[in-house]
Amino acid sequence: MKRILALASVALATVASPALADITVCISLSATGPAASLGIPEQNAVPFLPTMAGDTKINYIIYDDATDPTAATRNARKCTEDDRADVIIGSSTAPTSASVASVAFEALTPVIALAPVSVKDDVNVWTFRAVQTNRMMASALVEHMVASNVKTLGFIGFADAFGDDWIAALEELLKDTGIKMDPVERFARSDTSVTGQALKIGLANPDAVMVVASGTPSALPPTALRERGYTGQIYMTHGSVSPTYIRVAGAAAEGSILPVGPVAVAEQLPDSHPSKAIAVDFATKYNAVHGEGSVSAFSGMMFDAGQLVAHASVEALKTAQPGTPEFRKALRDALENVRELVSVNGVYNTSPDDHYGHDERSRVLIQVKDGKFEYLPLN
Amino acid sequence: MDSTITLFLLQDGLINGSIYALLAVAFVLLFAVTRIIFVAQGDFVAYGGLTFAALQQGSVPGSIWLLAGLGIIAGTLEFLRERRALTRPKVLGILAGDFVFPLTLTGVAILAAPQDMPYLFDMALALTLVVPMGPYIYRICFRPMASASVLVLLIASVGVHWLMIGLGLLFFGAEGYRAAPMFGANFALGPVPVSAQSLLVMGATLALLVGFYLFFGRTLAGKALMATAVNARGASLVGISPSFSGRTAFLMAAFVGAISGILIAPLTTLYYDSGFLIGLKGFVAAIVAGFASFPLAVAGAIAIGIAEAVSAFFASAFKEVIVFSLILPILIWRSIRAPHLEED
Repeated sequence: MKRILALASVALATVASPALADITVCISLSATGPAASLGIPEQNAVPFLPTMAGDTKINYIIYDDATDPTAATRNARKCTEDDRADVIIGSSTAPTSASVASVAFEALTPVIALAPVSVKDDVNVWTFRAVQTNRMMASALVEHMVASNVKTLGFIGFADAFGDDWIAALEELLKDTGIKMDPVERFARSDTSVTGQALKIGLANPDAVMVVASGTPSALPPTALRERGYTGQIYMTHGSVSPTYIRVAGAAAEGSILPVGPVAVAEQLPDSHPSKAIAVDFATKYNAVHGEGSVSAFSGMMFDAGQLVAHASVEALKTAQPGTPEFRKALRDALENVRELVSVNGVYNTSPDDHYGHDERSRVLIQVKDGKFEYLPLN
Repeated sequence: MDSTITLFLLQDGLINGSIYALLAVAFVLLFAVTRIIFVAQGDFVAYGGLTFAALQQGSVPGSIWLLAGLGIIAGTLEFLRERRALTRPKVLGILAGDFVFPLTLTGVAILAAPQDMPYLFDMALALTLVVPMGPYIYRICFRPMASASVLVLLIASVGVHWLMIGLGLLFFGAEGYRAAPMFGANFALGPVPVSAQSLLVMGATLALLVGFYLFFGRTLAGKALMATAVNARGASLVGISPSFSGRTAFLMAAFVGAISGILIAPLTTLYYDSGFLIGLKGFVAAIVAGFASFPLAVAGAIAIGIAEAVSAFFASAFKEVIVFSLILPILIWRSIRAPHLEED
C-alpha cells in the first residue's frame, strides 16, 4: 500500500508540473480487482522503466482501472484528454486493454497492451502488445509433448476467453501431431472444488493433462488430480507462473511444466540466450526492492513496454516534438518497425502484420522441482 | 457413471453443501431478526479462512486493524449517543467492550502470530478476531437505521460488502491461501478415499445445526431472538431489546461465517473475494426456504451442493449456469404457492 501511495504521489507530481517537451507515458493497470495479481507486479516494475529517450525526459502517469473495462475507458480518456499522453501502456487484461485501445484509437494515440487482446483492424493499427500470444506459449508445450511421446491430452481450463483461446490454439497446433485432446473440462476462477472435472479426467486417464488457469486458482486442478491418483504429466500455462502457485499447490505442483517469458528464470538461462544479460540485470534490481524471487513475467512485460517506448521515442524525436499529433504518429510508425530489440521477455521484431513482435526466443520451458521453478531445456 | 463416481460426487457435494447450509441458516436468522439481507455474510467466510491461514503461516493478519478500527468507531459512537446519560459503569463498560477488548486482541495477535502456536490456538484466535466484527458492524451501520425499509437495509449491506471486499484486498493481498488441515489423515470408505478434514467439516456443521436448534428451543436468549423474528414489535413490548437481538444475531452470523471459513480453508483456496460466491449459494438456499424456514434452508443448501458437484462432472462449462438456474423454478413455485405480501 505504501508503494501505491508513493507511486500515486509521484504521478500527481508529474501531473502538476508538465514540461512541454517531455514525453508523457500514461499507464492504466488493473492494480486492484480480480486481475490484481497481474497489475501489482506490473505497477511495481514502473520505477525501473527508462526515464530518458536520448536527451528527452519520459514522464509516467499511473492509473488503476480495478479490472473494470468501464474504468479503463475513463482512464484512457483522462490520458488522452487531460494528460495529453504520447503513448498509453495498458491494461493488464484483455477486456480492459480492449477499452483502452478503442479510446486511444479515437485520439490516434499508440497503445502498448500487456494482454493478448484482439481488436478491430483499424484499431489494431494503433495497438501493440508487450506480451506473448497464447499460441506462442502453447507451441513450446506442444513441442515438449511431441518429444515426450504424449498421445492423449486431457484439458481443464477457465470457462472464459483465456480458456477458449487456449483451446483454439491447442486444437490448431495439435492437428498434425496425432495427439488427441479429450476430455475438455472447464472451471471458474472462483470455484472451490474441481472434483467432478478431476474425476472425469481420471476416468479417461490421458498421458498428460493441460491446465489452463492463471494466478492462484491454477493450484486447484493439479491438487484435485493428484488427490484422485492421477500420475501423468501436468502442463500449465504461463498464467500459472507465480510463487503462489507452488505455495498453494505444494506437492501437487511438483514436476509440472510451464512456458514462460525468459525473465522469470533470468539467472538460469543459458548464456546463449539473447535476453540473458538484460534479464539478469532487471531481475537483480527488481528483486533487491521487492524481495528475492519476486520478479515475474508480468513485471517483465511492463519493463518490455518501457523498452519499446524508449526505443520508438528515439526514432520519433527525429521528426516531431512530444505532445503533438505528429509525434504520436511517428511513435506509432516506429513501434511498427522495431528490429531486433532485445528485452527481458525476448527479442522484438514488429511489422504491420505483427504487432506482437515475438518469436520462439520469447518463451522458455520451466519445470517445478523441489518447490522451485527450474529452467527446462527443449531438446 | 459407476457407484464410485457417484460416491465421490456425493461426498464433494455434501462438503460444499454443509458450508452453504451454515450460511443459509445465518441468512435466514439475520433476516428474520433484523430484516437485513446481509450480503456481506460470505465475506466473513473469507475473513475467517484468510485470518486463520495468515496466523498459521506466522504472519500478522491485516484483519486485526479492521477489528481495532471497528471497536474504536463503535465505542466513540456509543459515547456520543449516550453523552447525556453517561454513568461511571456505563463508561467503564464501553471502554472495556469497545476499546480494551479489541485492542487487547490486536496485541495478542501481533505477539502470537510469529510464534508457532498449536492448531487449536490459531483457530480460536482467528475466530475471536473475526467474530466481534459482526456486532460492531451492526452497531455502527445498522442500529442507527434499524427501522428503515428492507430495501434500504439491503443497500446498506451491499455497502458493507464492498467495504469488506476492498479492505480484504488490502489486508490479505490478491493471491489466495490454503491452510494446513487439522488432521492430515485420509482413509478409505469402501472405494472412496475420505479426508479427515471433510469429515470434520460435516461433523462441525451437524454440531452447529444441533447447537442452533437447542439454542433457539432451550435458552432464554434463543427464545428472545425467536420472539423478535416472529414479531419484532410484540417482542419489544414484552421487554426484548431489538438492539440486543440485532447484536446477538450478528454475533451468530459472524461466528457461522468465520467458522465456515476456518473449516474449508484447508480444503480449497480462499481469496479475499471468495466469500461472495460462497455466500451467494447460501443465499439461494435461503431463498428456497423463503427466508423463513431453517430446515428447508439446510435441505436446499445440501441440494445445491450436490447439484453443483454433479453438474461439474457432466457439464463443467455450465456449472454455475445450472446451479443458479435452479432458483427460477423454485421462485415460480413459491410465488404460486405463497403470493408475496408487501411488508411494512
